[in-house]
Amino acid sequence: MVATETTEELVATTRRIRRHIIEMTHAAGSGHPGGSLSAVEILTALYFRVMTYRPDQPDWSDRDRFILSKGHATPVYYGTLAEAGYFPTDELMTFRQLDSRLQGHPKVNTAPGIEMSAGSLGQGLSYSIGQCLAARLDHRDYRVYCLLGDGECQEGQTWEAAMCAPYYDLDNLCAIVDRNGVQNDYFVKDTMELEPLDIKFNAFGWHSITVEGHDLGQLLAAFDDAKKIKGKPTVIIAKTTKGKGVSFMENNPDWHGKGPNDEELEKALAEIGA
Amino acid sequence: MTAVDTPPAATREALGPKLIELAQGGLDIVVVDADLGKSTTARKFQEHYPDRFITVGIAEANMIGVSCGLAAAGKIAFCSTFGVFMPGRCFDQIRVSVAQPGLNVKMVASHAGISVGPDGISAHAIEDFALMCSLPGVNVICPADVVETRQAIDVAAKTDGPFYIRTGRSKVPVIYDDTYQFRLGKADQLRDGSDATVIAVGLMVGPALEAADRLADEGVACRVLNMATVSPHDESAITAAARETGAIITAEEHLIRTGVSAMVSQYVGKTTPVPMGAVGVTRYAESGSAEELLEKYGLTADAIVEEVKSTIARKQGLVGKS
Repeated sequence: MVATETTEELVATTRRIRRHIIEMTHAAGSGHPGGSLSAVEILTALYFRVMTYRPDQPDWSDRDRFILSKGHATPVYYGTLAEAGYFPTDELMTFRQLDSRLQGHPKVNTAPGIEMSAGSLGQGLSYSIGQCLAARLDHRDYRVYCLLGDGECQEGQTWEAAMCAPYYDLDNLCAIVDRNGVQNDYFVKDTMELEPLDIKFNAFGWHSITVEGHDLGQLLAAFDDAKKIKGKPTVIIAKTTKGKGVSFMENNPDWHGKGPNDEELEKALAEIGA
Repeated sequence: MTAVDTPPAATREALGPKLIELAQGGLDIVVVDADLGKSTTARKFQEHYPDRFITVGIAEANMIGVSCGLAAAGKIAFCSTFGVFMPGRCFDQIRVSVAQPGLNVKMVASHAGISVGPDGISAHAIEDFALMCSLPGVNVICPADVVETRQAIDVAAKTDGPFYIRTGRSKVPVIYDDTYQFRLGKADQLRDGSDATVIAVGLMVGPALEAADRLADEGVACRVLNMATVSPHDESAITAAARETGAIITAEEHLIRTGVSAMVSQYVGKTTPVPMGAVGVTRYAESGSAEELLEKYGLTADAIVEEVKSTIARKQGLVGKS
């Protein structure tokens, strides 16, 4: 399927995904809402406008691949996959529970649509390179989209892979950095500064585009640009707000890895709206 | 079965030529290399299949990740480097990206053990069985000679799922001829006997055979098993050895405490307890030639003979040993 939601429909989809994130982490009593809420527009743009895939045939060889390298962002991942039709939205309430297909961090061969097992940071970009090289060897024209956290860019392997992708001229690769500025313990800039991040990627041979990561129009334009860039991979640095859409979670390191209680659930859902 | 006239060869020499042969046979093999392809011999593949030979530079973590992406897209992904670097520098990548999804990645680690020699202890992989055998679903193989290595690579390429194959730098005697057939998960009985069983892996299979011959001269009938598949180990062969010979001695170029000895002891203790002995590495070694190190650190036929005798003595209740 090539999903082609109108911009109005996309906005409505982001609202539903945000509600899923809050309801899943509330039901589970754990999980990672902050870094999920920051990536809602990124996944919405990809799954409902940019990527080609078949929910009823998850392993279709020519599908575009979305690789979630920041594996803790399962709430936004599962919420988006359910909205895209890979499995019923009702199943989201089983997140993190015994016997659920929706594991705390992504695991392949559980729920359909999951591309890579993840949960230890820094591994997705390398994996994406392997997928891109296979596409070239097999003369397939699928594209690979890899979502990285900004804290994840502190991992050495991310830069091993960042060095590798331009060496192989992988213009079928598009990385996205969810630049929400907050990591597990505290703010990124007070933990290990990444800036100037675009210049670092440029120096490694990437085409970089910096966008407002909650602006669907800017994201769609950047994904479109990335498709046109030849001979090198593109990184989209998406400036986002951790916890976006829920005032008490926004830019607050406390909401990296815990679920809301009953009262917080009601407040969050009221802010997100129906 | 055994080849007496073949000159010694290093097990690492099997890799490159075998990969070329398999690709020529139509297998969709891609090789990922982290700047040690000349040493592991994987680089020979590049001469025949330049597009299917991926160099990542000195970046073992990325090597594993790229291999996983290739495997997930349907390729048979082989990656290779030294045993100290894989699993040493990429254990988490192997755990999360290879073992947990059960991807079709074939890791071939060369230059394992102390027989690497003069490069010294940073280059001596004596912990890799412990790491790799800790991962559920990963087949861990340590072939005894170059013939068995070729066959192990063949089986790995044609069997879906993760494999770790350990090879060595130094030349070792060729035990098998081309009629031999490696069987995944099965130990190969090279000598029969009823007094004790030596379970040997890798380059210790040669000394185990020598030890058995010398013990036979002294009237001790020693069974010798080549347990090339270290994990999952051959439970029925181990059980039969315990029941039929009543004493088991392991021989490995790895730390005893966390290697073949540990795994076989745990299984024997749980199922058919018998006295056990172990020949292997107990500490970090040093620089020296392979022969000097194997001698000094007790990885010899002499050491196996002594260990067999003392284990049989415990079986007979003649001597206590702490």
